[in-house]
Amino acid sequence: MPDLGRYALEVGFAYAATLILLLTLVGITIWRGRRVKRALQAAEGRRHG
Amino acid sequence: MSFSTSFWSLANPARFMSLTARAVPILSVLAGVCLVGGLVWGFFFTPDDYRQGSTVKIIYLHVPAALMAINGWLMMLVASLIWLVRRHHVSALAARAAAPVGVTMTLIALITGAVWGQPMWGTFWAWDPRLTSFLILFLFYLGYMALWAAIDDPDTAADLTSVLCLVGSVFAILSRYAVNFWNQGLHQGASLSLDREKNVADVFYHPLLLSMAGFILLFLALVLAGTRTEIRARRLHALRLRERMA
Repeated sequence: MPDLGRYALEVGFAYAATLILLLTLVGITIWRGRRVKRALQAAEGRRHG
Repeated sequence: MSFSTSFWSLANPARFMSLTARAVPILSVLAGVCLVGGLVWGFFFTPDDYRQGSTVKIIYLHVPAALMAINGWLMMLVASLIWLVRRHHVSALAARAAAPVGVTMTLIALITGAVWGQPMWGTFWAWDPRLTSFLILFLFYLGYMALWAAIDDPDTAADLTSVLCLVGSVFAILSRYAVNFWNQGLHQGASLSLDREKNVADVFYHPLLLSMAGFILLFLALVLAGTRTEIRARRLHALRLRERMA
């Protein structure tokens, strides 16, 4: 771990906030993608079945 | 097949889904490698700046996020123009899919900028031309997403959000050039320059380039994945309407 000196809080907060936001964005994109794909497969199954 | 023919073939949803099924995983892996590589390099293996101390490490987050906040809107502008002129549904859906990614990038730029600004300027926020135009761009992103969500008819929603996107482009451009236009305020000019005297030092520049590549690739991967979801959601909506009418 590098010595961040007197600005450790600011630098740490910037990295933590960015990672949380990016991971949330990626998580929501994957979750919504899977949910819509499943719903579409079910709807097409009903149509053909 | 020429680039032009190949580009416009993406307007066909089936062709788009087929091509992006291969592209999204590749882009995601490349984004992960560049992002982790750039951030680890910048955070652990670069020295402190002689004036800014360790806060210089925020540059690897702030600059790439700001870059994608502005260019995300410009990508939405191009997609919106394609929708307005050629009525390709995939382009309208790509613009819609880019908005959540762009708003996140804008929020990251605003937060990291405020956290960086406090120790350097003595304040988290100032009504500086660049900061203010960035805040307005953030509000435009929220308005754009709200407008898509508020209108049931997809074509009407695409029309109105495209017009909003055209108006908001003024602030995307101002966000980039406000420092040059007004030459005042706290925010410095561009961090990157072809002039070696003005560019950041090489020791910061190379990890910054890698981090920027990571943000660009992540943006592309998320927008393509989001567009695929929007295409499926549109198809699902049509099937459900048919079920109701049957």
